[in-house]
Amino acid sequence: MTGFWAVFKREFKGYFATPVAYVFLVIFLFFAGYLTFKQGFFEARQADMRMFFMNLPLLFVFMVPATAMRLWAEERKSGSIELLFTLPITVTQAILGKFFAAWLFIIVGLVMTFPMALTVAWLGEPDMGLIITGYIGSAFMAGGFLAVGCLFSAVSKNQVIAFILAVTACAVLVFAGMPTTMNYLAGFLPAGLLAAIEQMSFQVHFESIQRGVVKFSDLSYFIILMAGWLAATAFILNERKAS
Amino acid sequence: MIKVNRLRRTFGPIIAVDDISFEAQTGEVLGFLGPNGAGKSTTMKMLACFLAPDSGTASINGFDIVKQPVDVRKNIGYLAENAPLYNEMTVAGFLNFVCDARQINGQARTKALDRIVPMCAIEGVYHQTIDTLSKGFRRRTSLAGALIHDPKVLILDEPTDGLDPNQKYEVRQLINKMAKDKCIIISTHILEEVQAVCNRTIIIDQGRIRVDSSPAKLKEEYKCELDEVFRKITKKSA
Repeated sequence: MTGFWAVFKREFKGYFATPVAYVFLVIFLFFAGYLTFKQGFFEARQADMRMFFMNLPLLFVFMVPATAMRLWAEERKSGSIELLFTLPITVTQAILGKFFAAWLFIIVGLVMTFPMALTVAWLGEPDMGLIITGYIGSAFMAGGFLAVGCLFSAVSKNQVIAFILAVTACAVLVFAGMPTTMNYLAGFLPAGLLAAIEQMSFQVHFESIQRGVVKFSDLSYFIILMAGWLAATAFILNERKAS
Repeated sequence: MIKVNRLRRTFGPIIAVDDISFEAQTGEVLGFLGPNGAGKSTTMKMLACFLAPDSGTASINGFDIVKQPVDVRKNIGYLAENAPLYNEMTVAGFLNFVCDARQINGQARTKALDRIVPMCAIEGVYHQTIDTLSKGFRRRTSLAGALIHDPKVLILDEPTDGLDPNQKYEVRQLINKMAKDKCIIISTHILEEVQAVCNRTIIIDQGRIRVDSSPAKLKEEYKCELDEVFRKITKKSA
């Protein structure tokens, strides 16, 4: 536990010690607002945050891997990984420490979109439950993306490569469930396989939470996803930390 | 203190460390000597539980490096080659991070910091970002991180590499000061350093131990200066 907290604290502070945090937050908040209003928030004449949450997966595909890419690639490149793993810290503690620090950082970003909720509340009478579940769903989705990013950051010492691989993997996970992809795949894939692909995608589970239903199956999807990708990260790190 | 038993490690087709065994006790300053690529760093990384050995094992303070890596790390201070650090942190932030990881809290932390900061002479840069430090200060900050919990076993991988003569002298003084009640392993390829601080030396080449003796004895035996001894021994095996 000590190892976990040490890494967690260091990592979370690390975001704010470099310009990473500020660049990330400014760009993220700008686009989160911009996309919402651009796609007809006022025209829809509905006091809800559907437009906001709808765009998040797309935004996360780029933003979350950008947060995750430095997690391990930087440690390995600068050699500080040798420092980290000669302290009494296990690989699991270090991975979880870094993961939760990055997750908390993204959640901070999400929380900072609160003026959006205030705007909606001022304009009409939104269903607050829906907004809260929307945020919960977003946080879990961010965690899923982050776990994917973690693995690719451990795979490559080069942050750019880690970023591109993570964006690609995340995009596949998102777009697999988009209606357009589904329609296309329906042309030649059997129904069972199609349903399986749909269930593998972030989109379905995120939308379901967004509708205000926090189902065990949706939450467990994200939790299993995170656990799986993080376990893979542990495996890769044990293999490659010294190379 | 340190018991190394038939340690072996390969990287693909290259045998980095080949069946090494030795023991070291408290009060010994063991100079690990050898040309580049001899397997010094690999051996040290295995002792610090950063690399897992292919076969063989070692124990430090009675803890096995394969079975109890976390306990081993609690008991040693390890200075990695090139002294890697977290560049975006301040010296204070870094030392506090090491204290966090080593569970040095409250009063004990204040005491540890009060002891180590003057000892490594880093008061002047205590609040500076590590990124902005000179090589000498970087090395001393790493050393402070490795010594903060006052470990009984120290493993220092080229601790004076890249330092100027004054800084080298200071680091050696520091090592001499600590030598009495600790077991210290130093890797180096600087022979004057061995003479200055070590009371025992192991010359390793191509992953094997060639000589296990003391600097004085070696000089006597070969009737020449240490660098000539070094050349003779490592050339023979090449």
